[in-house]
Amino acid sequence: MAHIKLLNEELPGIVGLLYYRPETGKPLTDLAETLLRGPSSLTSGEREIIAASVSYWNKCHFCHTSHAAAAAAHLNSGLALIDDIKAGLPNTLVSDKLRALLHIAHQVQGNGKNVTEADIEAARAEGATDIEIHDTVLIAAAFCMYNRYVDGLGTWAPGPNEAYAEMGERMAHVGYGRF
Amino acid sequence: MFRPETAGPLNALVQTLLHNPHPTLSAGERELIATYVSGLNNCKYCTTIHGAIAKHQLDNDGEIVKQVRIDPETAPISDKLKALLKIAAKVQSGGKNVSDADVAFARARGATDIEIHDAVLIAAAFCMFNRYVDGLDTWQPDNDELYDKMGEQRAREGYLTKPFKVERTEETI
Repeated sequence: MAHIKLLNEELPGIVGLLYYRPETGKPLTDLAETLLRGPSSLTSGEREIIAASVSYWNKCHFCHTSHAAAAAAHLNSGLALIDDIKAGLPNTLVSDKLRALLHIAHQVQGNGKNVTEADIEAARAEGATDIEIHDTVLIAAAFCMYNRYVDGLGTWAPGPNEAYAEMGERMAHVGYGRF
Repeated sequence: MFRPETAGPLNALVQTLLHNPHPTLSAGERELIATYVSGLNNCKYCTTIHGAIAKHQLDNDGEIVKQVRIDPETAPISDKLKALLKIAAKVQSGGKNVSDADVAFARARGATDIEIHDAVLIAAAFCMFNRYVDGLDTWQPDNDELYDKMGEQRAREGYLTKPFKVERTEETI
């Protein structure tokens, strides 16, 4: 049970929190919609992989599994992607640019100051643009918020990967505008 | 502005969390949570600017801000706020670190559900803002007077108005 009394105890993860406080729910979902589904030279699948990876590094089961399921829905890869993200994507074909951006995201997850000029140069050498670097840093930073919000209030989350299949499809194809 | 599409929701979030009227927590108390968490994340820009805003929200009392940054336990603030700052510190180190005992402790000192919710979300949000600012290695002024002036503006106007023009006269790290 969550640390606070939610209006609907059955809503998993962040969903119950968004309904609990719509004043903050609105900017939180607007931010996710823009970062993960708004116009970008990174695909939504790539951006969801960044979100899911950061959430895994932060040990947030709900955010990792749901955003990995959303990535799987975008990429038509099947739910095996959820565990592949945990392992560092050995079985998923991703560009060297995305791997360099994931490294930046991992540095941000530790602390913003951990990002070095060499990390940025390495991403640029793989073709990353300023806006792609900006968005990677902000996606990683934002999930350091969402993950702490979800776990800090002790919300409930389904266990098995399969329980997230439908949620992932909805996140990918309907979006975050209506939570 | 580099990315207005993301600036919109980010500003709306901070405005709601820190500036808009709150049923029970004052803007000064909420700014103290933001300042304290930014200090724990070693984000100089956010610590200094939110410290300045907090000071202006607390009848220009910089001493409270200074003491909260050193040790909330001995600072001249309510027991309830001390308990909320303890939860905020747990969130900063990882959401799962918040225990039932931390929440029960805050409740015993009068904290309500919405105060616990907002303390967690403010702490979480500053774990984002701090990483965003430092992860992109943004330029930061090194001038206390300037931060104080910016803090006075934000305390008065909130987060949705244009910043005043800062002359970039000195290079700092």
